Amino acid sequence: MQAEAIDISFKTELLSLYQQMYLIREFEERSGEMYTRGHIRGFLHLYSGQEAIAVGAISTLEDRDYVVTHYRDHGHALARGMDPKHAMAELFGKATGSSKGKGGSMHLFQASRNFYGGHAIVAGHLPLAAGLALAARYKNTGGVALVFLGDGSVNEGEFHETMNLAAVWNLPLVFLLENNLYGMGTAVGRAHARGGDFDMAGAPYGIACAVVDGMDVLAVREVARAAIEKTRAGNGPAYIEAKTFRFRGHSLADPVNYRSHEEEMEWRKKDPISLLGDRLLQQDLTTELELLEIRETQDDVVREAIRFAEESPEPTEDELFTDIYA
Amino acid sequence: MPEINIRDALQMGHHEALENDPDVLIMGEDIGAYGGAYSVTAGLLDEFGPERVRDTPISEAAFVGAGIGAAVGGLKPIVEYMNLNFALLAFDQMINIGASLRYMSGGQVSVPIVYRAPTGGGIQLAATHSRSYENWLAAIPGMKVVAPSTPADALGLLRSSLLDPDPVLMVEHVLMYQQKGFVPDEHFIVPIGLADIKRPGSDLTIVSYHHAMVTAMEVADKLAARDVSAEVIDLRTLRPLDMPTVITSVKKTNRVLLLEENLKTGGIMGEIAAQIQENAFDFLDGPVVRVGAEDVPHPYNRGLEQSMIPSADKAIAAVSAAYGI
Ligand SMILES: Cc1ncc(C[n+]2csc(CCOP(=O)(O)OP(=O)(O)O)c2C)c(N)n1
Ligand SMILES: [Mg+2]
Repeated sequence: MQAEAIDISFKTELLSLYQQMYLIREFEERSGEMYTRGHIRGFLHLYSGQEAIAVGAISTLEDRDYVVTHYRDHGHALARGMDPKHAMAELFGKATGSSKGKGGSMHLFQASRNFYGGHAIVAGHLPLAAGLALAARYKNTGGVALVFLGDGSVNEGEFHETMNLAAVWNLPLVFLLENNLYGMGTAVGRAHARGGDFDMAGAPYGIACAVVDGMDVLAVREVARAAIEKTRAGNGPAYIEAKTFRFRGHSLADPVNYRSHEEEMEWRKKDPISLLGDRLLQQDLTTELELLEIRETQDDVVREAIRFAEESPEPTEDELFTDIYA
Repeated sequence: MPEINIRDALQMGHHEALENDPDVLIMGEDIGAYGGAYSVTAGLLDEFGPERVRDTPISEAAFVGAGIGAAVGGLKPIVEYMNLNFALLAFDQMINIGASLRYMSGGQVSVPIVYRAPTGGGIQLAATHSRSYENWLAAIPGMKVVAPSTPADALGLLRSSLLDPDPVLMVEHVLMYQQKGFVPDEHFIVPIGLADIKRPGSDLTIVSYHHAMVTAMEVADKLAARDVSAEVIDLRTLRPLDMPTVITSVKKTNRVLLLEENLKTGGIMGEIAAQIQENAFDFLDGPVVRVGAEDVPHPYNRGLEQSMIPSADKAIAAVSAAYGI
């Protein structure tokens, strides 16, 4: 009886991971279309291919924990529970968007869920995450901060300064590096002293390091859970490198002529969503029909989000001058 | 030469610099294989190789500082920022080192470096990617700052910047790379520190620069329809400022509109307004009119961003209110 209950909740959890990853993929691909049609402007960076990282890691967090990320942020926002309607409306620049249309795709925030952005200056968000971790520890909330970063940010001083500070102050902070092999048009090996080997990036600061297959949501979840437990227990910061690939260009403005189609196809074979789906099917934890239903429901969620964004009003002109000061 | 755009003019200027001077090298993020965020350096890596067209890690403080060091060591680096907003990470290098070495060393050390950076709002990149900090750098002794608004000025100022023994920042407005214009066939330069009267007139002086020049010309056109003749001055250089050209014009027209896209508070036009009242107070028919962007961070939403950036109609309304024209 009890074993069965555990099984069911385990199965529900796994299907929830599948559902979240599929939601993000669908949200991203439809956003891309909306950009092409001119509904979304500015820069749009899609998360397609990397879903397992945000979903796997954030699934292990508690409400009191903080999440901070960079500009490729839709996946993290959705995994943290942002309503897709509010995310899409922000991409459309509408008054109903998460930042009332003022921040756009690169600057999503939802303070009520301890989701503190959405930051478009490479590595600029890392000190902020350290400060949130400091606040959590100082106030004894038991919370930790989880910060996502790109491989490119390892080359900025803020990365090294924040790692050092977090170690010196023993902060409850987990760095989760999403190594998608490129920083814009630059392959990691061309810009990084160790040729893009980021596995030990925390080591110079005495920070425990782990590496994980970023296409495998369950692996990400296990590694993230261990790191978060460790840092929550007061053992100081942790660092994880997740190996992944972005299926799309850097942004929608990127013609992607710096990497081969074959490379992309190889990685698409490891699609994190099909990977989990196939595994669940093999273990008889689900059926094709059940997965199809999940996908169709999420298709509707995204359709509804787009409809909501389209029908939402533009911000009124007085909004230009609000939110600068309290 | 047929009409070309600012991007092409800059690309030509880089090509010619690499060809003519073996000490010139270019560095920046994604300027090589990717060809530059705005394609200014497209094709140069293939032709000149990775020693001279250097892709950098995303490490602004390091590669800008290294550019300064290379300049001190006798090279002529052109350092491209992907966007002027990212220069904030290297302000320490540009100001405390690049702009200070000559003075601190009592004249022993030269820093002949050229920084280039896209800047400006208007393409919905929101607060972190749209600000223009050229006025901040133009407040630094030891820096020179140029801001072309035509292809000929872009090429001519790039040539002058490369000949200059001191650090020069060229800002390039993101909305102007496609701006077309004639570029002389014969070799020419545009001296740093020289403004340009882009349109002569007698009733009102308009002082502007960069993309606000497009608005300034629109203002002049609309005023012409009301029989008001506006003289439009393109500053082209923000430091050192060409105040003689401005003052001479104001003494002739007795009215002045200072128009910029940058935030009004702390903008370069505040400095120019002060210098006008110091040097031409008795010639003014009314207060100096100053129009700039609203003092807010750039919003993402298109309508909000457009209402933040000054329009021709807003500028004309301000001129009418001050001078009754
Ligand atoms: C300080 C700074 N420099 C440059 C940029 C321009 N830029 C934006 S994203 C990017 C590449 C970052 O790559 P990575 O960290 O690997 O993240 P990914 O895009 O792969 O997710 C660059 C150079 C920036 N936003 N901020
Ligand atoms: Mg990357």
